[in-house]
Amino acid sequence: MGVGIEVVNLNAWYAANHTLQDINLNIPANHATALIGPSGCGKSTFVRCLNRMHETNPIARVTGTVRIGDLDIYKDAKPVEIRRRVGMVFQRPNPFPTMSIYDNVAAGLKLNGYGNRHVLDEIVEKSLKNSALWEEVKDDLKKKSGASLSGGQQQRLCIARALAVDPEVLLMDEPASALDPVSTSKIEDLIFQLKTQYTIVIVTHNMQQAARVAEKTGFFLNGRMVEFDSTHKIFTNPSDKRTEDYITGRFG
Amino acid sequence: MTRIRFQRSLDDLKENLLVMAGLAEQAIQRAIEAYRVRDLSICDLVNRSEIAINRLERDIDQAALDLLAMEQPMAIDLRFILSVIKINADLERVGDAAKAISDRVRSMEQMAAADLPVDIPRMATLAADMVRKSLQAFIEADTTMARTVLTMDDAVDAMNRSAYKSLTKVMAEESHLAPQALNALMISRNLERVADHATNIAEDVIFWVEGEDVRHHKSLKMVPDPHAMG
Repeated sequence: MGVGIEVVNLNAWYAANHTLQDINLNIPANHATALIGPSGCGKSTFVRCLNRMHETNPIARVTGTVRIGDLDIYKDAKPVEIRRRVGMVFQRPNPFPTMSIYDNVAAGLKLNGYGNRHVLDEIVEKSLKNSALWEEVKDDLKKKSGASLSGGQQQRLCIARALAVDPEVLLMDEPASALDPVSTSKIEDLIFQLKTQYTIVIVTHNMQQAARVAEKTGFFLNGRMVEFDSTHKIFTNPSDKRTEDYITGRFG
Repeated sequence: MTRIRFQRSLDDLKENLLVMAGLAEQAIQRAIEAYRVRDLSICDLVNRSEIAINRLERDIDQAALDLLAMEQPMAIDLRFILSVIKINADLERVGDAAKAISDRVRSMEQMAAADLPVDIPRMATLAADMVRKSLQAFIEADTTMARTVLTMDDAVDAMNRSAYKSLTKVMAEESHLAPQALNALMISRNLERVADHATNIAEDVIFWVEGEDVRHHKSLKMVPDPHAMG
């Protein structure tokens, strides 16, 4: 099951550039939360702070508190453990190109010490079913490579890979921006199903997509979170003029 | 400023709605004038403007639909387009009411003049004032003016109730005046509808500008919300 995320006074830097400033919010468990804002506003940096990926850059720095469920990720846990609990899907699908479909999904499990073939088979099947890809690849699991799939299938393969390690939170950084409308629609349907089991945070430039899939939406601008509210409120009657100007296309 | 083309389309939509508003307001004023002076040539003008109003209604709805489909508007732009669609429908019905009044004036032509216990001109002035103020509120995005319109509706409703009471009494007690009384009653009813459409327009202006839905406040307060019950 998903868990809630509590962010308190989060600040992030790239060298001297203060990219996130005093972010405070509570992301509810088992919901999809969308983050919107113009390019460079800090939304991608924000999600990378939720699984400690931001600090993998040597010039990057973070202060503040992020609690995933009861785990204070900057205090109580190692990055590897956090990334098992917090899966991530990126803008461009990035399957391991030479590995089979099966091995792509099983890669994270093997890294975490799973060796039992029977258990692996079960988890791979369950993950591919949960990512709505099973029916399309079940006959070619070990015959075809991840790279042989279409873009939309590759993205769902990456989602299956993220789900295989049984995370509580799924971060998605523009997961459908490189996909055609049919594949995008499949990813959105998937998000709808997955949020019953996982807490989903999705960064998107597509505001209609945010409106379709997320219950909560946060608007970022110049490293600050201007407004965080129900998606309905943000897209019909936002409280802050800057949010309204952005979503109505008056700037950005 | 980005989306310049979209902003221009919104301006065009507003301009077309104002043309429609001008026609509807003129139609109701002409219908009242036709009643006052019993002039059938004015009734012809009302009929002609109703055709123009109907054509504009379709054009405005089509333009609004195109913007919804092609531009996926959000927030205040979305509320504006929804309000335009609803105001458009209300203005078309104001045009219908004007035609209904002018039809009554036609049927009264052959009837003897009668001194009926109803002040149609006063009621018409108030209803037309509500239409004018609601459109002024739309032009200037003025929610204070829109709220003023909401407070005026009760007076027109009261006049219509009083007209119903006194005119049905005339029909019962002075049967030779029944046709005139029936016509006056139908005109009163149409003026009350015009006031209701002006109220709707004012409510739509408030929704567009403030995002607040003020419809049916009084009646909804009287019954519990079934969705809020456990």
